[in-house]
Amino acid sequence: MIDTLRLTAEGAKDLLERKEVSGDELFAAYLAAIGERDPELHCYLHVCEDPGGAGIPIALKDVIGTRGIPTTAGSKILEGYVPVYDATVATRCKEHGLRVLGKTNTDEFAMGSSTENSAYGPTHNPWDPTRVPGGSGGGSAAAVSAGLAPWALGSDTGGSIKQPSALCGNVGLRPTYGTVSRYGIVAFASSLDQVGPVAKTVRDCAFLYSVIAGRDPCDSTTVESPEVVLPAGDDLKGLRVGVPKELNEHEAIEPGVRKAVEHAIELCRQLGAEVGECSLPRSVDFGLPCYYLIAPAEASSNLARYDGVRYGYRSPNSADRLDMYTHTRDEGFGDEPKRRILVGTYALSAGYYDAYYGQAQKVRTVIAREHAQAFENFDVLVTPTSPTVAFELGGRTADPLAMYASDLLTIPSCMAGLPGLNVPCGLSEGLPVGLQLIGPQFAENALFRVGHALEQAIGFDFVPERLR
Amino acid sequence: MSAWESVIGLEVHAHLKTRTKMFCRCALEYGAHENSDTCPVCLAHPGALPVANRRAIEFTIKLGLALGCEIADRAIFARKNYFYPDLPKGYQISQYEAPLCGPGRLVVPVDGGEEVVRIARAHLEEDAAKTVHAGGATGRSVGATASLVDFNRGGTPLLEIVTEPDLRSADEALRFLRLLRQTIVELGISDAEMEKGTLRADVNVSVRERGEEGYRSRWEIKNMNSFTFIGRAIEAAVRQQVAAHESGEAVVQSTYDYEADTDVLTVHRSKEEADDYRYFPEPDLVPIEPPAELVERLRAELPEAPGTRIRRLEPLVGFALALELVSTGNERKAELLAAAGLDWREAANVAMNRGDFLPENARALAAILQANVTREALDGAFSASAQRPISPDDYLAQAAVGDESELAPVIDAVLAANPEQVETYRGGKEGVLGFFVGQVMKETQGKADPKVVNRLIRERLAP
Amino acid sequence: MTEISRELLLHVAHLARLELREDELARLEGQLNDILAAVSKVAELDLSDVPPTSHPLDIVNVWGEDEPRPCLSVEDALANAPERAGDFFKVPPGGGAT
Repeated sequence: MIDTLRLTAEGAKDLLERKEVSGDELFAAYLAAIGERDPELHCYLHVCEDPGGAGIPIALKDVIGTRGIPTTAGSKILEGYVPVYDATVATRCKEHGLRVLGKTNTDEFAMGSSTENSAYGPTHNPWDPTRVPGGSGGGSAAAVSAGLAPWALGSDTGGSIKQPSALCGNVGLRPTYGTVSRYGIVAFASSLDQVGPVAKTVRDCAFLYSVIAGRDPCDSTTVESPEVVLPAGDDLKGLRVGVPKELNEHEAIEPGVRKAVEHAIELCRQLGAEVGECSLPRSVDFGLPCYYLIAPAEASSNLARYDGVRYGYRSPNSADRLDMYTHTRDEGFGDEPKRRILVGTYALSAGYYDAYYGQAQKVRTVIAREHAQAFENFDVLVTPTSPTVAFELGGRTADPLAMYASDLLTIPSCMAGLPGLNVPCGLSEGLPVGLQLIGPQFAENALFRVGHALEQAIGFDFVPERLR
Repeated sequence: MSAWESVIGLEVHAHLKTRTKMFCRCALEYGAHENSDTCPVCLAHPGALPVANRRAIEFTIKLGLALGCEIADRAIFARKNYFYPDLPKGYQISQYEAPLCGPGRLVVPVDGGEEVVRIARAHLEEDAAKTVHAGGATGRSVGATASLVDFNRGGTPLLEIVTEPDLRSADEALRFLRLLRQTIVELGISDAEMEKGTLRADVNVSVRERGEEGYRSRWEIKNMNSFTFIGRAIEAAVRQQVAAHESGEAVVQSTYDYEADTDVLTVHRSKEEADDYRYFPEPDLVPIEPPAELVERLRAELPEAPGTRIRRLEPLVGFALALELVSTGNERKAELLAAAGLDWREAANVAMNRGDFLPENARALAAILQANVTREALDGAFSASAQRPISPDDYLAQAAVGDESELAPVIDAVLAANPEQVETYRGGKEGVLGFFVGQVMKETQGKADPKVVNRLIRERLAP
Repeated sequence: MTEISRELLLHVAHLARLELREDELARLEGQLNDILAAVSKVAELDLSDVPPTSHPLDIVNVWGEDEPRPCLSVEDALANAPERAGDFFKVPPGGGAT
């Protein structure tokens, strides 16, 4: 009997190598788990019955284009769209023998922090199905925590891997911008989007990152990244850990979250790290406004291709060309993409560019410089990933700004193109709390080292209590 | 009317002669089956990303160097956002604030002077796809029941060259365009054929009173693809604007369509028009910083500019012939013939009129031309020289009959048989001379030396 | 910063080819003004001497060689087309009169 709730990818690899289970048995075990629990949680938008391959199963966020497998990005406008090519990360997974279990739910075009913006209905948090799994990659995070996939790929623009991982109690990496190909990933904001792994353990996360990372000739913005070292040590001797006060003392942070994070920081000290306070004075206050100009501006342009001409939805009310555009886009997009398209179009339009988009690009420079300065004294920075634990479904849907604030702490490092790792660091009110580790560009190995050591020291049980 | 001066600027678009598209590696083929040269990138499928074509970048730098442009230290691709079915991404990747080529100039030689046209910039972008309007009576959008889109052309590398408003007449604009076209063709970066749509121009026209500073509202005439129509459209725009100014009507700055049938410009109307392109740096591409060694290599590859060559040939053959030789691409043939000993003017004339010969035959042809061979032999030599190497000896044997005693009776007979033409000639119509020469050539089965025949007839008919 | 007027909002919506029905306008207008008020915070910083960042990595000169690679088959190219005519993508006419 395969216990998909407990089985890590590393464990699955062992089982396969020792021939204790076959690839098909393993795959079938996950399909069975999906059959059992997905009706309640709704992690998947599409489940693959027989994707080929013989290795470890994997779930892919539905923004990752997969040849022959429907890819909707959680939007009605891509209903029925079946890509004719694979995203580079999908190709790399297949080359490693990984078998695609299915496509996981996401906020529409990865725009959101709760997965409630999916046109196909929300995903529920496996720890408490009345609560959100975070977003936009709530489907991938919830699937991993609920044993519906050993690991998964997500995408992160301003926190869409890290924040759901925090809310679902697993490990998620947003890699350094440019280390993972975006080719074939439904674009949201090109200068921010990054694909990354979601897993039960830091080692699984690191291994999956090694599968997908590396320069891709099809993505001009990719670079080669340092070779991944699977973490094994359990001490942090010689490591300098910075605690940015603005991201740790923000009034939006719940007491339970703060307590769990403080405990993790104390553990860093006990493991031999040198811990000190630092400051990112403008990154928090200005990070969110900066992000909510740059990301919508790029999105307004990236989403212009959904016009009903070549693929996806076309409104039946398309008497002439202008009708086709406006009706297709009005009927095909949900509210959140519309809000962002409108804000972004406005921010780029004549007369407003300098004040909005241009100014936001300068703020981005400020944020990057503040982080660079912090890394002169520290190897990693630690903060809470999410200011709160998983919130109630529907709790923030009426107030876009409240929803945007969910990413308050994940956004600044995204603006700077920095890698960030979420590691579970305890529970608050019975719900997981995530610790965010931020490193300088290309310092994924340092994050894995810290994450792994803390994971061992914390001893977090990643199986949701109600499913144990 | 003479108080008015035209002010004309051009935006010239040329398809670059690369093997693949600007941002994907789909082949570029003329006349391929619809939508057979497409991929996720040029169909703008979700997630597809552009990768710039290195050769297109090099071609653009080369053009910039040929026009003496400043080559940018850092060029940036930008998105130009607007909706149209032939623009699959909803934006065109172009260059906006930081083009590859900055200010330069093209000097257009004219007889006894030159016209200097300043180039504002030259940049690289991608062409749109092709839309065919179906159901309408004329294949135009008006009255069409549907549009059909073929994305094969979508993404073709497009070089855009923008001039300052330095041109002052339709003729000047056409002279500039022809020289620019030739420069582009000789660089090997584009076929630049208007008929095939690989060269197009947007024309900006305004008028002002002579001596007036500053510019008045201009009309933009888009997507012109014929030299003739460009000339006519400019003249029509000038005519209409002058009429408007003189009658006190407003000249509204806008885009105009030129209707060739009526020779009138009308405002281009479209309810989809949006003049706010929301340019921003293309985040899917990185900046280009042309390496110095690349620029120097491309500079070393530049051929001698056509304008320079016209100036070099002018003292040898006169301006008109020099311009004609260079712009028809016959100068090399003329050079070969001149090098083989022909007089430059004769060499130029032969190259212009009978330039269809293999270069290696130039020396033989020069020898044959200098000897007096029969018209038949000459024709034979030229027609063979287009196919294969020829030997002058095969033709020199067929010497033309230049013996006066042999020709005189034939000439006398011809003149006697055509008294009316003789009268005509004496009346001052010297063109009839050709008729007499022709008759003599006929009588001698083409063996007479036309030069001798010419002289003898002139002597006999002299008053 | 000033609020976005109804007229400007409709202009922006037209640029973005969004229809915005009355009920949507009513819902979105207030939200958009809240969002714009929040993001206008960026104006508080005097950044006249700060260069803009359009890209997190400072890389240049990435390009591909001009060598053709296989295209999609025509069937794949048109596989997702909402409407086709032969091997063309078919779209409604431009019109403007309707």
